[in-house]
Amino acid sequence: MSMLYDLLAAPFVDFAFMRRALVACAALAVGCGPVGVLLLLRRMSLVGDSMSHAVLPGAAIGFVISGLSLVSMSIGGFVAGLLVALASGVVTRVTQLREDASFAAFYLISIALGVLIVSTRGSNVDLMHVLFGTILAVDNHSLLLVSAIATVSIAVLAVIYRPLIVECFDPAFLRSVGGHGASYHILFLVLVVLNLVAGFQALGTLMAVGLMMLPAAAARFWSAEVWSLAAASAAIALVSGYVGLLVSFHFDLPSGPAIVLTAGVIYLVSMAVGSQGSLRKNLIAQPHYES
Amino acid sequence: MSAAAIRLDDLTLGYDRHPAVHHLSGSFGPGSLTAIVGPNGAGKTTLLKAIVGLLRPLAGRIELGAIRRAEIAYLPQQADIDRSFPISVLDMVQLGHWGRIGVFGRISPAMRAAAAHALEAVGLTSFERRPIGSLSAGQFQRALFARTLLQDCPVILLDEPFTAIDEHTAQDLLGLVHRWHGERRTVVLVSHDLEQVRRHFPQTLLVAREQIGWGPTAEVLTPANLQRAGAMLERWKENPEICGRSAA
Repeated sequence: MSMLYDLLAAPFVDFAFMRRALVACAALAVGCGPVGVLLLLRRMSLVGDSMSHAVLPGAAIGFVISGLSLVSMSIGGFVAGLLVALASGVVTRVTQLREDASFAAFYLISIALGVLIVSTRGSNVDLMHVLFGTILAVDNHSLLLVSAIATVSIAVLAVIYRPLIVECFDPAFLRSVGGHGASYHILFLVLVVLNLVAGFQALGTLMAVGLMMLPAAAARFWSAEVWSLAAASAAIALVSGYVGLLVSFHFDLPSGPAIVLTAGVIYLVSMAVGSQGSLRKNLIAQPHYES
Repeated sequence: MSAAAIRLDDLTLGYDRHPAVHHLSGSFGPGSLTAIVGPNGAGKTTLLKAIVGLLRPLAGRIELGAIRRAEIAYLPQQADIDRSFPISVLDMVQLGHWGRIGVFGRISPAMRAAAAHALEAVGLTSFERRPIGSLSAGQFQRALFARTLLQDCPVILLDEPFTAIDEHTAQDLLGLVHRWHGERRTVVLVSHDLEQVRRHFPQTLLVAREQIGWGPTAEVLTPANLQRAGAMLERWKENPEICGRSAA
């Protein structure tokens, strides 16, 4: 019994930084889980990835102005992410380039610019912080920020839930009944950027999207309604955070990659044995029903 | 159901300044049942999109009279809908209540009952809880008709609703179209099946970018008109001049 306690609970009981990291993971899970599901359903998984990198130059400029300061890096990241989202949207509508290509172009520019800015002014350690995050060093301010973003995300999603879902699967219908699909889409993109800024605090720009897309993709193998997908995705993100932190503590591994890899393992297992359209369901012959 | 008319006044529609519908004038009378017929690329879908407000005219006007855009039910071609989306048949069909519930409204027990009725009318009673992805093409079209039924609109636009579905399903859904016609709704349907149009649709608009004929079906679907329609679209101009026909 005490061995289990040592293994599963003691790190969080004994160390405040582990507790804060766990709370940060919980807040991230609540926000990123549902947002990731909607990104997935809108077939924008890679767009989420691009936008997570787009946050970088803004955060880097914030870093240059005031060092490793939470507020300025967050504001910078938010503004940069939003600019890239809007610019890509405009390029897609006004030119012949498709959405994925225009996002890719902007994110490549962003990440190069961001790395350039950080490395001219900071040390390699700073660069590592920005790229890979510092979840074990989150302070109370970061916790407040991450929790506030999760709260806002859930509230906004609840308000725009119905039109957002219709806009996902039948945009022409929404427009024909007079719904403003584009404004919900933009509001949703703002939520994506906000959650990436939150994830960026904990996991860094390279992996912020990990807690967003991997749990969502894993959840797709377990449920078949939007609300249950969102709940499953948040739960998987939370478990990933908890297990990842434990693994990183016991084996002295970097926590960000440990968390994202845990989510990755859950994804692989779900893909193999999940109850909806998994390898098990699709490859293994099962007795069919009566006609 | 108070009958509604749609009037087209020298209407030109298109993409990138190339007209897909050119100087079209006429009207869908109140309570009329009209088929739009024409070769591929004739501008049939474009016309429906413009009527429902998804496309701005390049020139000319669409007059809806007393009805609002939101009172037009529009059923696009299946290709526009993501059928892998995880939503149940019932939830999708109940979106037909949108005009009454909007973004926040609750589905009342009466609306719930109306949805069950609509599903019964299209023969999908036991499918309520199934995800839309599990339906066949014909069943999915039945579900879309149930949604259109719930919208309860004075004007109903259907874009090739009977393409890629079997004869039996088409007959059932044609029954609904006739029911709407009997309720004095204005129904406009795009079709490629001339036999079906001759048998079921009193009015026909034959287009091939330009209007070839518009009126009683027997007078419009003549061999001469159909040949003219086919020939119209074969002329593709590499460097078109600016159209000189001015608005009347």
